[in-house]
Amino acid sequence: MQTSLGQPTALGITFFFLFVAVSLAITFWAARRTKTTTEYYAAGRSVSALQNGFALAGDYMSAASFLGIAGMVALKGFDGMLYAVGWLVGWPVLLFLIAEPLRNLGKFTFADVVAYRLRQRPVRIAAAIGSILTVLFYTIAQMVGAGSLIKLMFGLPYEVAIIIVGVVMLMYVLFGGMIATTWVQIIKAVLLLGGVTVLMLLTMARFDFKPGELYSAVAANFGQAALEPGTLISNPLDAVSLGLALMFGLLGLPHILMRFYTVANAKDARKSVAWATGFIGYFYCIIPLVGFGASVLVGREVISSIDKGGNMAALLLSELLGGLPFLGFIAAVAFATILAVVAGLTLAGASALSHDIYVNVVKGGKATEINQVKVARIATIFVGVLAILLGILFKGQNVAFMVGLAFAVACSANFPALFLSITWRKLSTAGATASIIVGSVLATVLIVLSPTVWVDVFKNPAPIFPLKNPAIISMTASFATAFVVSLLTPEKDAEAKFNTEKVRTYLAAGAE
Amino acid sequence: MDRDEQRIEDLPEFKSLVVARWTVASILTLLVFVSYYGFILLVGYSKETIARKIGDATTLGIPMVVLVIVISFVLTLVYVLWANSSYDSRVTALRQSLEDRKKRGVQ
Repeated sequence: MQTSLGQPTALGITFFFLFVAVSLAITFWAARRTKTTTEYYAAGRSVSALQNGFALAGDYMSAASFLGIAGMVALKGFDGMLYAVGWLVGWPVLLFLIAEPLRNLGKFTFADVVAYRLRQRPVRIAAAIGSILTVLFYTIAQMVGAGSLIKLMFGLPYEVAIIIVGVVMLMYVLFGGMIATTWVQIIKAVLLLGGVTVLMLLTMARFDFKPGELYSAVAANFGQAALEPGTLISNPLDAVSLGLALMFGLLGLPHILMRFYTVANAKDARKSVAWATGFIGYFYCIIPLVGFGASVLVGREVISSIDKGGNMAALLLSELLGGLPFLGFIAAVAFATILAVVAGLTLAGASALSHDIYVNVVKGGKATEINQVKVARIATIFVGVLAILLGILFKGQNVAFMVGLAFAVACSANFPALFLSITWRKLSTAGATASIIVGSVLATVLIVLSPTVWVDVFKNPAPIFPLKNPAIISMTASFATAFVVSLLTPEKDAEAKFNTEKVRTYLAAGAE
Repeated sequence: MDRDEQRIEDLPEFKSLVVARWTVASILTLLVFVSYYGFILLVGYSKETIARKIGDATTLGIPMVVLVIVISFVLTLVYVLWANSSYDSRVTALRQSLEDRKKRGVQ
């Protein structure tokens, strides 16, 4: 087929400018409501459960899950579906274990919870390192993906694309804080869910709305193997380790956890996870239909001739089924997706630097409101510029492992300390700090030695560490470190404060 | 303040609330584990089951993926319904008694 992909079409640019114009208008409206720290970091705790459900879904449904999974299903068939399901199963667990205690105990960051009854300095520094590493790895993956995708979609040079993404998202976060970032996420989530629904309906119309006919067409074109498990799960231990990283990594992603402070109370936090799980689950149910549809209607050869990873499958399909206007719309949605995710990450990174490090470590918790907001904005600029520079620095690098690394660090460094601080009386300052450090270092080192980096990136013949994702080892080691070190360094103060913490955890007494 | 909270912490109602919360949370988490890791291990150890045809070309694996997603969503709903009704009403009652104690403490 002939495609207009890669050339800036008038309609594509119109849709893109429309999105940027609306989101900047919201930013300037939000800027007038963003004066205090609670407004800057937590949207004044004024977000409703439904709105937060959309925003959580928006933060989580990145370009990788939209374009990447559709492409993977198109080129690899059933394995793409297997991959998609792992991204959802963390959400119920987040609700059962973390969401409500987090909301009741914290203020702006998850480090607030870890440091609740421990000595502030060491715990805050360690937790900020865990947060910043997670945010950086995740941001690099997003920025490099953004540069290449925008180049493929609109034909813009890589660096220009990175700078546009960086500058526009910095405007949202810098001026509009969490209020603007939340609204950008909500609009993007609605556009993405709506756009993909239309794409799925247009696809299914070609198959009389019978999935069975679509699968028959897939089997006729590519053989029955396209509907059977392929090579993704060849080693079950590897698959379980990746599953653990995806599931518990979600429970340690700073930009997701931060969203629970934007709602009024634990009940709204609870309801917002149910909404988000519904939206994301629906999305992962319909995306495979789009992927299979693209493989039959567009063809695997055309898809992989434009991008080897198959990332353009959904866009090619939308051009085929809805012509240039629909391609323009879906491309603008993909662009909005990237912008919104990077904005959420930047705000999370900035809050770790300014709230955890500056206010609670440097200033010992004593900084004026005006000073705090000013530092938060400076930290935002710092993280935003860093994101642009890293995006340019990693141009052309294979960064597919970066998201896996972000999830590995999140589940090994952030999650164990957070979970134990809520549930285990004997957790000590040294135990929490050591667990975060062991988790970060082990997750990072083992990923470098694993097949994903040692073989795929550094081109060595054999990996030193056999598993593709180290979660099963690094998360276990982090928990073990927390237990052993805490028992060796008992902290009477922290144990005594656990009673107050418990009453606040379960009854929200004194919650902000 | 701390003493009031110590007393609340010792109340049998509070203790049973915490136990109930973690019992429900653990059972639901276990169900997510069984459905997801069970599915993954089935794919790993019995590809034939997943690849079995249930239509002209449709394999059993396809509805199973959808089922794992639907189970996850239904379990979140179960938790929210339980928490909104049973958990929240017990929390309200305990908070009331915490406030009463504080008032009495002031007088």
